[in-house]
Amino acid sequence: MSGPSLRTRLAARGIDGTTLLVLPGVAVMAALFVYPFLYGIVDSITPREGAWYANYARFFSDRFQYGTIAATLWLALPVTILNLALAVPIAFRVRLMSRQRLLTTILVLPVTLGTVFVADGLLTFLGPQGWFNRSLILFGILESPVKLTNNYWGVFASLLITGFPFAFLLTLSYVTGIDPAIEQAAATLGASPRQRFVRVFLPLLVPGLAVTFCLAFVQAFAVFPSAVLLGAPAGATRVISIAAYQAAFEQYDHSMGTAIAIVMGVVELLIVVAVLGLRSLFYRGPAGGTKG
Amino acid sequence: MIRDKGIGSKLWRFAVWALAGLFVLNLLAVMAAVVVNSFATRWLGTWMPAGWTTRWYFDAWREFQLSSVVIVTFQIVFTVVLISGVVGVVTAYALARRDFPGKRAIVLLFLLPLLIPPLTYGIPLATVLYQVGLGGTFWGVVFINLVPSLPFVILVMIPFIEQIDPRIEAAARVFGAGTWSLFVRILLPLLLPGMLAALLLVLVRTIAMFELTFLVAGPTSQTLVVSLYYAVFASGVRASQSIDAMAVIYMVTTLFWLVLALQFVSPTQIVARAKQQQAT
Repeated sequence: MSGPSLRTRLAARGIDGTTLLVLPGVAVMAALFVYPFLYGIVDSITPREGAWYANYARFFSDRFQYGTIAATLWLALPVTILNLALAVPIAFRVRLMSRQRLLTTILVLPVTLGTVFVADGLLTFLGPQGWFNRSLILFGILESPVKLTNNYWGVFASLLITGFPFAFLLTLSYVTGIDPAIEQAAATLGASPRQRFVRVFLPLLVPGLAVTFCLAFVQAFAVFPSAVLLGAPAGATRVISIAAYQAAFEQYDHSMGTAIAIVMGVVELLIVVAVLGLRSLFYRGPAGGTKG
Repeated sequence: MIRDKGIGSKLWRFAVWALAGLFVLNLLAVMAAVVVNSFATRWLGTWMPAGWTTRWYFDAWREFQLSSVVIVTFQIVFTVVLISGVVGVVTAYALARRDFPGKRAIVLLFLLPLLIPPLTYGIPLATVLYQVGLGGTFWGVVFINLVPSLPFVILVMIPFIEQIDPRIEAAARVFGAGTWSLFVRILLPLLLPGMLAALLLVLVRTIAMFELTFLVAGPTSQTLVVSLYYAVFASGVRASQSIDAMAVIYMVTTLFWLVLALQFVSPTQIVARAKQQQAT
């Protein structure tokens, strides 16, 4: 007496010919992502000389190196918070617009053009004779041009120009996902605009905002070309990606470069996990009204 | 829609719109500065250049060897799109249709590259590629670009495939369709709009993908954006107008595909898997 065949039993668990179609994708990721990643971890603990942790010890004992973590966070966190703080109110207004397409199309431009192009443009635009300084002098806000390139503020501006549209478009997609009937119900029951925002929208938005924060932060934290082109790559904007790149491709010490890259990933994931962890303290549930 | 008439909310509305307007103005000015400078004969200390010329475009095209760079860029980008499209759609189909043990782990595997900074996996991968002799080559650049683009295709396609009713496939089976004709006559036509959108998005993202390409690009496998980076990095060697002319060429190349992509997707989808069905 025999039970169902192996094929039937597997199919009952969801494994059949169609499931096997997942294999090519998994194979590509295994070869190009998982294997190099594991290789990198091993590579980072087999330094040229010294104990297995020598790379990490070197990184965390050299102020020029470990200072890059603070420099990166000092750029990425304020920019991300500012981007989100701007994105939420603007998304709330744009949500009510009937023709959003022109605005969203303009805002998607810097995201698609990328940081290299934006850095090139900002070098002219923010320069001492650029339109930005000229306008501020014309309106009497400034006496003489301020230096906005090759320092912290240049990189800040580039992260704002590429990061705000990104945060905004993500927030907009979450905000439009909230059923307007919920707001109308709150208004009918006498909630003021402030109350509607704080008591109704914000709790519904928090999960989405947490994800937006993480994705925007990931982008800002990985800042690389604009920190070189618009910043002071040996000084205030020597971010961690510059340190990793220099170790791996300028000093040809891939072991050290990988170690810094892993430190970079760990620091970033710690913040992402912390933010997503905070999210679980808030309401999570449907925001789409009765239709589900 | 609810409108508040109070003076406070009017002021607030005005402030929000002013802020948005200011941002758009600055954004457009940054792009305009590049375009204006690329046509300028001389632009020093004035609002507008002293005169206009197109010669920087010829200079840039020759100096930066842009004809070969543009060809290489498109070869790389289309190869990445083709591979990630074929592999991605097949994988997404399995993930959308079947529920099997370990599925969550596999989905996480495809999410990770989008959450980890590109350099974190880029540097080890570049090291491996250089060791197997692919560093600086065409295929090295293609491989490193597959890491973010394949998951992107998969994550865009999964919800798209999920909304196709599996009973359509079952019905085709009942009427005797084999696997091949099921795929060609039923699935492909239904999947085409989603595939087109996903592939155009990957195309735009790969043209603009700097960090990863930069790590493995050699002299013969540089894409436009990497050449632009080197040009800006070494600015001072060449006239800034020449560099900006190249930036405009890069911009036009990207925007051409962006405009094409926007015929099929909403701008929000470029950054997110937007759930926009409710929008009216």
